[in-house]
Amino acid sequence: MKERMLIRLNNLLVKVFFIVFVITISGSANSEEKKIEFIKNNWSFEGIFGTFNRASLQRGYQVYQEVCSGCHSIQHLSYRNLAEKGGPEFTLDKVKSIAAQFEILDGPNDDGEMFTRPRRLSDKFANPYPNVQAATAANGGAYPPDMSVLVKARKGEWNYIYSLLLGYEEVSAGYELDDGVYYNKYMPGNKIMMSQPLFEGAVEYADGTQATETQMAKDVTTFLTWAAEPHLEARHKMGFKVFIFLIILLTLVYFSKQKVWSRLDSKENSDQKDETFDKVERAVTEYEGEDPKTFK
Amino acid sequence: MSEEKYVPKSKLARWFDSRLPLLSLSHHLTEYPTPKNLNYWWTFGGILTFFLIAQIVTGIILAMHYVANTDLAFDSIEHIMRNVNYGWLIRYAHANGSSMFFLAVYIHIFRGLYYGSHKPPREMIWITGLIIYLLMMSTAFMGYTLPWGQMSFWAATVVSNLFGAIPLVGENITAWLWGGYSLGNPTLNRFYSLHYFFPFLIFALVVLHIWALHVPGNNNPMGIDVKKNRNETMSFHPYMVMKDLLAMLVFILIFLGFVFYAPNFLGHPDNYIPANPLVTPAHIVPEWYLLPFYAILRAIPSKLGGVIFMFASIFILVLLPWLDTSKVRSAVFRPLYKKFFWVLVVMVILLAYLGAKPPEGIYVILARIATAYYFIHFLIILPLLGRYEKTSPLPTSISDPVLDKPNIVDKFKKTAGKYEGENVDTFK
Repeated sequence: MKERMLIRLNNLLVKVFFIVFVITISGSANSEEKKIEFIKNNWSFEGIFGTFNRASLQRGYQVYQEVCSGCHSIQHLSYRNLAEKGGPEFTLDKVKSIAAQFEILDGPNDDGEMFTRPRRLSDKFANPYPNVQAATAANGGAYPPDMSVLVKARKGEWNYIYSLLLGYEEVSAGYELDDGVYYNKYMPGNKIMMSQPLFEGAVEYADGTQATETQMAKDVTTFLTWAAEPHLEARHKMGFKVFIFLIILLTLVYFSKQKVWSRLDSKENSDQKDETFDKVERAVTEYEGEDPKTFK
Repeated sequence: MSEEKYVPKSKLARWFDSRLPLLSLSHHLTEYPTPKNLNYWWTFGGILTFFLIAQIVTGIILAMHYVANTDLAFDSIEHIMRNVNYGWLIRYAHANGSSMFFLAVYIHIFRGLYYGSHKPPREMIWITGLIIYLLMMSTAFMGYTLPWGQMSFWAATVVSNLFGAIPLVGENITAWLWGGYSLGNPTLNRFYSLHYFFPFLIFALVVLHIWALHVPGNNNPMGIDVKKNRNETMSFHPYMVMKDLLAMLVFILIFLGFVFYAPNFLGHPDNYIPANPLVTPAHIVPEWYLLPFYAILRAIPSKLGGVIFMFASIFILVLLPWLDTSKVRSAVFRPLYKKFFWVLVVMVILLAYLGAKPPEGIYVILARIATAYYFIHFLIILPLLGRYEKTSPLPTSISDPVLDKPNIVDKFKKTAGKYEGENVDTFK
């Protein structure tokens, strides 16, 4: 009786589950409809063997320097990073001359005076503003975020950054926008304080590539992805080696385990023979209720 | 197997072992008898030990470069990621290692529930395990605070504010935890200190956990006692060691898949934004492994009630050995319990899903149903099952199938025939 009630309770629960499951699935499906698909692009750095496109990184640096760096800092990058393996891999001389274009306050010197000097390879990228407050004040109250890990700090990562750069649209009539606020299809809430940064021909690429809007967006997104994850190539390469190693090790361990356990099985068989008589005795006793001692 | 006292062979070893019995200990550990029928769900203890050690080793290296200061913490993490040799590897291994640690511990706990490993005589293994789990959760929570990103800051704010719900002394306790009137530098420093200390506490408790295990020996998928003299056990080394190693490698492969190819998949993008006390993130969520408890917390309409239910959901597990009154351990022989077990698993996963959703509309209602069910499972269903469930007959030993009576004569004839070399049919 009681057990049957428990069974019935269980069946009821399974039904409740099914309903809950359907509601949840349909609920999440609805919310997914609201999610906007990012603009697709084949990124060379995605996948197990992904590497950065060197030329794209170099162009991307140019876009950052000529367009973004007016407002956005990238404080975790040092100039030396531009010459390091897995990055844009500019020549050392080129990077030295890039760094020397920017000054830094150093000191105090032996006379106790602060002085300015050109930046060196070991120095961090120059900030457009002296501090966060100055950056916020100069941009209508919206702090232009530091770009060092920006790609990793946004849902959708590089796809989001790329889409955002190309997501500026004219607002439809009746849609109210304040002064200094722009409409962007991919920005959460669609309102963005940054005006459209990229226009056809905004930079003149040193390598002669045509500076279309998508080209620039692609290049600067690649650059920002590298800036956020400078060891991405090393990570992919090491991961592959580690996997090869582990798969070989796994195979060896698998066969060793089989070998060791086969010893156990054969031992079991030989031991079982010794035990057979005990077993028979026990079985008969259980069945016939006899005392094993008297069994012949 | 060899339960007899171990005596080292050489004189020097005997001298040493009689003064510090490390050799006896190692002999015990290698010869420790394990049931032959342990399946791969039993390999997670070894996997967890691996992750505890991996977390401690990577953590010690990270601590050499990390700076526990609200102004410098975020930048010091970026320093580790960019400038420290293989810093990215160590940090990603540590961050993803915690997720894998919890994944393994959840499998380990649910395995225990399924096969009745919490039942007598193993209650102390279960309880030490729960203390380890509690310490793991607090360690992971404090570790999540250390990068001082947006989620770090706000998750820590939410959790430390929970203590504010305690009547009368709540606010004082929160201030005492913070070391000030808001979450700040003193909080970060103490979290860092405790985050470093707790893993060693966990390590000590793991020793107790294993010690408690070695008293009654392993449970097994059949949940019946093994008879050591009947050759139903094998020595831990090399048999279980090899099996553990194999499972561990497969699990490590999954772990490293995350580390090398999706290192930020289990994290939250907001934690790459430096903490800002003036900007609250749209949705504050804990790490995935704490989501079920977060869902319970938010399912209860009152703050104090939510806190009570959240802690009760963990402490109720301490009482489990006495709430689950069934004499049969393994779910294999408990047809009804088996069903309720899977219902519970689905409910906990549902709670985790709801913990990640905003607390509104249908999500709150579902979270309340799931929370209610969680408590009903332990407080009502399990005691009732213990009393009224009709369990299937237990086999007499882990190597024998059930000795069903009608076939016993045939079986007897066969075994006797084999033994005596006689023709089965002529045997009387």
